Amino acid sequence: MHEPVRFGQQTATKPILPVTAERLFVRRKGRVLLDVEALTIGGRGTTVLVGPNGAGKSLLLNVMAGLRAPDSGRVLWNAEPPNRQRYGRFGMVLQRPVLLRRSVRANVEYALRAVGTSAGQARAEADRALEGAGLLALANASARVLSGGEMQRLALTRALATGPDLLFLDEPTSSLDPASMQTIEAMVKSASEDGMRIVLIAHDLAQARRLGDEIIFMHRGKIVEHAPTDRFFGAPASPEAKDFIAGKILI
Amino acid sequence: MQDFAASFFEAFRLVAGLDSGLIEIVWLSLKVSITAVFIATVIGLPLGAFLAVTRFPGRSIVIVTVTALMGLPPVVVGLVVYLLLSNAGALGPLQLLYTPTAMIIAQTILVVPIIAALARQTLEDLNGEYRDQLMLFGLGSLARLRTLLWEGRYSLMTALLAGFGRAVAEVGAVIIVGGNINHVTRVMTTAIALETSKGNLALALGLGLILLIIAFAVNALVFLLRAAAERSAYA
Amino acid sequence: MLKTARNWFCVPLACLFAAGTAMAGDFILLQSTTSTQNSGLYEHLLPAFEEKTGIQVRVVAVGTGQAIKNAGNCDGDLLLVHARAAEEAFVAEGGGKERRDVMYNDFVLVGPSADPAGIGGGADAGTALEKIAASRSAFVSRGDDSGTHKKELSLWSGIGIDPVQYSGGWYRETGSGMGATLNAAVGMDAYVLTDRATWISFGNRAGHEILFEGDPSLFNQYGVVTIDPDHCPNVRQAEAKRFVDWLLGPEGQAAIAGFRLGGQQLFYPNAGDGDS
Ligand SMILES: Nc1ncnc2c1ncn2[C@@H]1O[C@H](COP(=O)(O)OP(=O)(O)O)[C@@H](O)[C@H]1O
Ligand SMILES: [Mg+2]
Repeated sequence: MHEPVRFGQQTATKPILPVTAERLFVRRKGRVLLDVEALTIGGRGTTVLVGPNGAGKSLLLNVMAGLRAPDSGRVLWNAEPPNRQRYGRFGMVLQRPVLLRRSVRANVEYALRAVGTSAGQARAEADRALEGAGLLALANASARVLSGGEMQRLALTRALATGPDLLFLDEPTSSLDPASMQTIEAMVKSASEDGMRIVLIAHDLAQARRLGDEIIFMHRGKIVEHAPTDRFFGAPASPEAKDFIAGKILI
Repeated sequence: MQDFAASFFEAFRLVAGLDSGLIEIVWLSLKVSITAVFIATVIGLPLGAFLAVTRFPGRSIVIVTVTALMGLPPVVVGLVVYLLLSNAGALGPLQLLYTPTAMIIAQTILVVPIIAALARQTLEDLNGEYRDQLMLFGLGSLARLRTLLWEGRYSLMTALLAGFGRAVAEVGAVIIVGGNINHVTRVMTTAIALETSKGNLALALGLGLILLIIAFAVNALVFLLRAAAERSAYA
Repeated sequence: MLKTARNWFCVPLACLFAAGTAMAGDFILLQSTTSTQNSGLYEHLLPAFEEKTGIQVRVVAVGTGQAIKNAGNCDGDLLLVHARAAEEAFVAEGGGKERRDVMYNDFVLVGPSADPAGIGGGADAGTALEKIAASRSAFVSRGDDSGTHKKELSLWSGIGIDPVQYSGGWYRETGSGMGATLNAAVGMDAYVLTDRATWISFGNRAGHEILFEGDPSLFNQYGVVTIDPDHCPNVRQAEAKRFVDWLLGPEGQAAIAGFRLGGQQLFYPNAGDGDS
């Protein structure tokens, strides 16, 4: 296994933290998809979002990333509206990451070039990042023919390469074999230890325990619990969280 | 049936003899149609891209119109361009009627909707897939569009080839605005029409075969270029 | 001046491509009927003139009606067609300046060699058409306002038949050029009126042959009409006049007479016989 390394050079942009959400509300066809009173992502560590399918985890993360506008309420990045061009130190791996129709290396170079890295430096940094993720041997392969695990690793590598202060990960290990999952978790842990603030959606409670400093439990668009990992698993406050931890299906 | 055999023979005879008249006609066909596709790309690609990524009132109407214009009858385009370029028309002073430039204009009009409509569809689908990811890279809208164009290059190339196919096979417009003048505006399709009207059906069909071969060659060339580009990209 | 205008529209690539033709020297644009082009007459005539004068003659071959319209739009420097009445009307209306006879040949009635209507050997063209109408035999008409079409309609009206009422039945209007109409007639086993030159040079005769010919009413006069510069200021008057002088002079007339296809003469020069 490859030892994850610290990624990338940081471009000089404004600090993004804290990221706050106020009275977010999203409704579609009469159904409430998101109803979040307040949430602040600041400090250090890794926050893990859990909850049944369709709870609104991805939607919350997308709204906080500035990809979707809420029907009402607002998201602030360091007290300003989300603006990816002004806050360069932000990264996200989507639930279904899109890899460009280019080589593996070119995918990483692209992200680096997008934040202003020079061409020559981008190449060197991309190779360094790929090496850390165990993907260097595949650098010249087409990104679109990788295996599922390799694709997820590449998407994560690409997001890490620019050295973000804040990283959103939407189910980065879903449908991966145990070895691939371990690789990715190691990369996440290492980044977190290096001081990167991480918000991760986990489809698997064991992963939430392994990676999370705190847990946010969502159900039907609402944040039902927000607690340190030990307390969430040891003494869940709400009946929904209890049922969820016990493996009962929630609707 | 005998006509088919005879036309193969005619085609072979023309090609084997490197008939200078034929070379001139083939060359003009390629010049006119490739230039038309080039100009139509310069116009149609930005138009298609604009329609793909923007939302404005009346957008659906514009899209339906552009898509419907793919079916523009060449004769109508020929007539309109004739009326404009005629000495009795608004652009008469340019003296462009019965020149290859007039044929390029007519074919450009025929090809722009094809490129715009196909590019719009390609880029809109691609944008649906890529939008969030490209936003996350922190790119402005122009840089995102540039990436979409590059990511969709093979589909877009097919759109250009569709436009080229339409242009090079079209006769109704170029015969009106070009006049099928020997050594000046005679292209493959108008030569075929002329030979048909002379009752030289085998020769006409032979020319048709050659036109088919040219279209095949152009497509094969693009296919090979694409394969080479992919090889070098992932070497 | 003209050249700058011509290049005005170019983008770099188009300029590159268009240059070859835009650079060509003096030329005139001849709006012509199709029979003279399809028979190969121009390929026989024009090189001699171009050689002598350096003036290129660019031929746009369309039906007589269309040719006159194009010339009326000032999209030609000269007109060579075969419908005397229409040519004279064009001059009278101010589009044309002067009309001169150039040459003649004749129209012929062509049909399936079995000749189902029995028009062969009849008294005159009117009788032949009467037989076709009476037997409801298929007849294909140009239907395109060309010289041949005008001639055909005048023959029908001479025998008091309006064939257009049978259009879609035994009378079929193609609305196309002579060649396309001949192809249709051959395909439908139909009778058709054509000028002799186009028929002789036509390559797809199949089982068709000339069934009636020689009636004076089938006379086919070709005329040349110069364009009035008052109507069309851009017309290349001097060059057009040189071509007319050459065509109607001894050299041009001899060249017309010398044009043979399969040993047959297709056009008979008669310049100066009946000018108006
Ligand atoms: N753009 C949208 N339009 C309509 N419904 C949506 C949209 N985005 C998400 N949803 C719905 O919102 C709910 C929450 O989705 P999501 O956030 O993806 O759930 P999850 O917690 O599994 O990530 C789902 O029922 C989904 O179908
Ligand atoms: Mg989700």
